[in-house]
Amino acid sequence: MSKDVYVLAEQRDGNIQKVSIELIGKATELAADLGQKVVAVLLGSGIKDKADVLIKHGADKVIVVDDPMLAEYVTEPYAKALYEVIKACDPEIVLYGATSIGRDLAPRVSARVHTGLTADCTKLDIGTIDAMPDTKLLLMTRPAFGGNIMATIVCKDHRPQMATVRPGVMKALPRDEARTGEVVDFKVDFTPADMNVTIKEIVKEDKKKVDITEAKVLVSGGRGIGSPEFFGELQKLADVLGGEVSSSRANVDAGWIEKDRQVGQTGKTVRPDLYVACGISGAIQHVAGMESSEYIVAINLNDTAPIFDVADLGIVGDVKAIVPKLTEAIAKRKAEKAAQ
Amino acid sequence: MKIVVCAKQVPDTTEVKLDPKTNTLIRDGVPSIINPDDKAGIEAALQLKEKVGGTVTVVSMGPPQADAALREALAMGCDEAILVTDRAFGGADTWATSSTIAAALKKIDYDIIITGRQAIDGDTAQVGPQIAEHLGIPQVSYAEEIIDASEEKIVVKRQFEDRYHIIEVKTPCLITALAELATPRYMTVHGIFDAYREKEVKVWTLEELKDTVDMSNIGLKGSPTNVKQSFTKQAKGKGLYYKDLSAEEAVETIVAKLEERHII
Repeated sequence: MSKDVYVLAEQRDGNIQKVSIELIGKATELAADLGQKVVAVLLGSGIKDKADVLIKHGADKVIVVDDPMLAEYVTEPYAKALYEVIKACDPEIVLYGATSIGRDLAPRVSARVHTGLTADCTKLDIGTIDAMPDTKLLLMTRPAFGGNIMATIVCKDHRPQMATVRPGVMKALPRDEARTGEVVDFKVDFTPADMNVTIKEIVKEDKKKVDITEAKVLVSGGRGIGSPEFFGELQKLADVLGGEVSSSRANVDAGWIEKDRQVGQTGKTVRPDLYVACGISGAIQHVAGMESSEYIVAINLNDTAPIFDVADLGIVGDVKAIVPKLTEAIAKRKAEKAAQ
Repeated sequence: MKIVVCAKQVPDTTEVKLDPKTNTLIRDGVPSIINPDDKAGIEAALQLKEKVGGTVTVVSMGPPQADAALREALAMGCDEAILVTDRAFGGADTWATSSTIAAALKKIDYDIIITGRQAIDGDTAQVGPQIAEHLGIPQVSYAEEIIDASEEKIVVKRQFEDRYHIIEVKTPCLITALAELATPRYMTVHGIFDAYREKEVKVWTLEELKDTVDMSNIGLKGSPTNVKQSFTKQAKGKGLYYKDLSAEEAVETIVAKLEERHII
């Protein structure tokens, strides 16, 4: 009998990735609905001490496969390890971050296990379908057609039910120092043949890594900012708000700003406390990546721009006139408050 | 070197619009294109052929109309094209799709298989790795550059969010192409002429695959996942909206709101 909600705990150089903590948060809700437990699977080399982080954030149990073969991510050793865990433990559900690792590993494992996999889910619930009223299923909702429609997918007969979820979509639970859990070592018998590729070189790119999914405030520029130089003004506004600059796809395609700043269907999903959309029309592909933001301010010259349909505060006006004044006003207001 | 590219014909999703009255998709008049990542894969395959010699075969699974996408691939310079099409394959999820394509690939000789990373209509990025698993060959996904290639092995730059790996993999293997892998060439007039007059698109139905395919693994019935329902997204409710403010008034309004919400 399949049971428990599993999360692949993704680590890079021993650092647990934020998306995995978010997934454990979601898994806690799903497990409560099912009356089951949350189990994190931690794969790597010399990483057993990281299990505690996963427990403090909601895991009831951590299964650790600690092996030198898993030092750096390579598809086959990771797929083999996870496959062995799934075969031995028979999980009800397995969740993965929709990262360049999760999206490589999960489909490989799904093909090997012979079960379904739903990519890039934006919503996960436990529920039933008419044809199977007595079976609690994972309802996996995801965008399709470039975000134009949403589809709810079920995996009726195969187990585990598996899904990937993008970083920033689910909410992590706060760390709870009082939480305790079980840590279990799991042994996988690797053979040299499992390392079926050779990593000739690993280059870590630390080009002042900006992760817009981590930012509390995003000031985002669309086509309406008119020139790449105007990103400088957006940066000033972001600076006074303690945030980062992001962008719509058009400006990335035009080469005005780096791809890792792109919000939307083909970029990143963000949920900052404040999202300031400057000259962004609000194509559905863009909105898909930012509509969960806590508070959305939109400034656009076009009074019918669809961005106004999702904005908490919509201002019809010229970003080029408003943004510099706004930066100045906020800086002044903050200085006044600091002086009080 | 025998190079096989898997390509999908997709609706140009950037052209898809919603009917504001019925809130449904307007599909009429939306052009069909070769999926962009797959097209980069085709280009990479052609460059590989130019470098090490060999043949490029392009394989697509889809409805009969996908013939047009395969003709385009032939016009770009691919040597052979195979359309895998049958009503029995319809309604497939990624698992059943990859099983079907793998069954077709088992009938072809290959050293390297290139797929796009993901298709713009589904965005799943699952079919490539699943094909590799069904065929029991190694995969390198998120390929940004083919650094070196020979009949025996290939060296690929594999992109991650925070790093890249230079990976050497023995053939046969499968790589999934990022759009950055290669910028697709244009079809030539001569190429287009050849694609329709000289070259053929082979059509493989269930009949052709019957010795490599498992009937329980194809189409809607062979799909572990099913769509329970699909719907257009409910737009988040519209908030405050000001149309005739001066720049100064706009700034005041925004600052007041941000203070109210304790953002500043």
